[in-house]
Amino acid sequence: MRASLFITCYNDTLFPETGRAVVHLLERLGVELDFKPKQTCCGQMHANTGFRGEAFSQAKRFIRLYQDSETVVVPSSSCVAMMRDQYPGLIAELGNEELRKQYGALLPRVFELSEFLIDRLGVEDVGAYFPHRVTYHASCHGVRALHLGDRPWRLMAKVRGLDLAAVNNADRCCGFGGTFSVKNAEVSSAMLTAKLQDVLATGAEFCTALDNSCLMHLGGAMHREYAGMKTIHLAQILASTEDSLAEVDL
Amino acid sequence: MSHAASTHPVLDPRIAPPFPQAALPMLRNPQLRKNVGHAIDVIQAKRARLVAEKTDWQELRTAAAAIRTHALENLGAYLEQFEANCTAAGGTVHWAADASEARRIILHLLRQENATEVVKIKTMTSAEIQLNPFLEAAGVRTYETDLAEIILQLGEGEPSHIVVPALHVNRSQVREIFARRMGLKDLSDDPQALTNAARTYLRQKFLTVPTAISGANFLVAETGTVAVVESEGNGRMCLTLPRTMITLAGIEKVLPRFQDLEVMLQLLARSATGERMNPYNSLWTGVTPGDGPQRFHVVLLDNGRSSILSSPKQRQTLKCIRCAACMNACPVYRQTGGHAYGSVYPGPIGAILTPQLMEMHHAQSLPFASSLCGACYEVCPVKINIPEVLLELRAQVTDQERKHFSRFFDPMYLGLRIANLLFARAWIFHTAQWFGRIGLGPFTRKDGWIHSLPSVGGKWTQTRDLRGLPSQNFHEWWAARRKEAK
Repeated sequence: MRASLFITCYNDTLFPETGRAVVHLLERLGVELDFKPKQTCCGQMHANTGFRGEAFSQAKRFIRLYQDSETVVVPSSSCVAMMRDQYPGLIAELGNEELRKQYGALLPRVFELSEFLIDRLGVEDVGAYFPHRVTYHASCHGVRALHLGDRPWRLMAKVRGLDLAAVNNADRCCGFGGTFSVKNAEVSSAMLTAKLQDVLATGAEFCTALDNSCLMHLGGAMHREYAGMKTIHLAQILASTEDSLAEVDL
Repeated sequence: MSHAASTHPVLDPRIAPPFPQAALPMLRNPQLRKNVGHAIDVIQAKRARLVAEKTDWQELRTAAAAIRTHALENLGAYLEQFEANCTAAGGTVHWAADASEARRIILHLLRQENATEVVKIKTMTSAEIQLNPFLEAAGVRTYETDLAEIILQLGEGEPSHIVVPALHVNRSQVREIFARRMGLKDLSDDPQALTNAARTYLRQKFLTVPTAISGANFLVAETGTVAVVESEGNGRMCLTLPRTMITLAGIEKVLPRFQDLEVMLQLLARSATGERMNPYNSLWTGVTPGDGPQRFHVVLLDNGRSSILSSPKQRQTLKCIRCAACMNACPVYRQTGGHAYGSVYPGPIGAILTPQLMEMHHAQSLPFASSLCGACYEVCPVKINIPEVLLELRAQVTDQERKHFSRFFDPMYLGLRIANLLFARAWIFHTAQWFGRIGLGPFTRKDGWIHSLPSVGGKWTQTRDLRGLPSQNFHEWWAARRKEAK
């Protein structure tokens, strides 16, 4: 199995450990991974802030860059949701027939990480070991746009040593919302506080998710408040083994 | 209550403060936050239970979306059919292009009746056209009859929700308002006692005021019927005792067939109040001799709706049946309540409806008052893709604003324009990451975290830390690893 990794702009810049974990995990599972150094961004930030022309340029760039890939794996649920839900509208408005065809051909080969593991590779037990109490934040785009369903739970259930703690109001937004977090900083913070109360009540050591943008928000507040909980992308938990523990500073 | 006036919310989109600013006093109000959170939790739990028992819920949503879409795509024909059938049954239909024409028509009809008082069934459309202050100024006393509307009218409050307008007010606040305005010094906050006080107040109005105003949940083209659903029966009183009924309805309220109510009423009751059926479902067709109002008028209100209809992407906004499930599900509304939206239509539907009713001249902060979490779309009984419309409106606002020179150096606009340049070429992006590491260095503490940033970044760091940039980006790690392997 060959796959191209689309790391996403913010993972490349801020969370390289997530990218490294995806590489270790997928190579362990026998995937032949490549990385296109020309990649940048999917366009989500621009699209969600009303910069449609700019978002389209990035969409076009993504489609052209990956059109020959066998499969594309993306460790960020909101970026995959951008590709599935917003690209069609952008292409219809600003693109042409050729691009629409390229997009149509590429889209079925684009997978969010948990989709790739379960739907494409057909594995639930990835051989991971992570001896910690963990709670899972079901990011909005994962739940309502990608309909990931129980995929993340099936993966976590097979991680040796992992003590999974359910969180109340699991499908409620953490308040990040991209530029919403600064355009409506106070409302975003109120939403974050409410979310954090539920997350901290689990008594977990780690809060995990399939989207580092939510985790950047939750983790930023945890750090500010000396909350005694850390955030970690699920890829890092799944990459962790007895021989090679996850990159977390304990 | 004495200082309430200073924070009195403005529900006129033309003059209301932008959402982030209007939200601040709400976020700082513990009583309001508690009242809103509690009320929403109760409604949400009831809704979830009743939706779960419908095995055909998704099919019902699909049917409702199809009915509403079809009605809107053939709106002119169905409105004319409604007019013909309503007229044939003894009603009179009036057409109002905007709020001011609707107000003038209604006042004219009231003058014909020599009315100095009017009883009202709950109608958000009348709040949209600011009917009550207009009528009061013209010498017509208005009496709201919906319990929540009475609370707001007597307490001089503003609606914060379209189904439960006094959702932000709790029992002890209701007691205070009733005691003060009805002169009931010894009133307790027992729900039974409060209901009795309202009933005594209302009975007198029902028995003495011969003219009524209503809204409409649905208009049925096939039969010329008007439908109003409610929980208390006060609407039913307005439909039986008065001599004259004036119904104000947005033009989008029309359904093609009587049978369509089967789908709509199942969805509406469950979505709105978490009931299998509304306690009172009133349907009336024109005038019935010897039964109910003998003079009946319908005022069909456009007020910006035609312009919404003309945009294929935005048209779905008008499918709304005003159930408020979106605001109950919304994590933003949950924190702010309704007043922050500066409109009688709050929450996610308000965030898309209000700016469009204003033809994009006002309320432009509302399309950004959402984290795009999608909870509204998930619960919407007529499948309005609210996030999609929010994005469309955001693009329109941005297109308008970015033309202004004053926005050129706006940090957000500048940042997004620069980001676009960076994302166009990987080498520029990587160079910017390198400069970012240098630039953020002074802000990064020894523990590797940023606690404070200037400008837009400060909006983040006012409540959240930010992890500093790592010394090696992912693509650098990948390149180094490849080199090592060779």
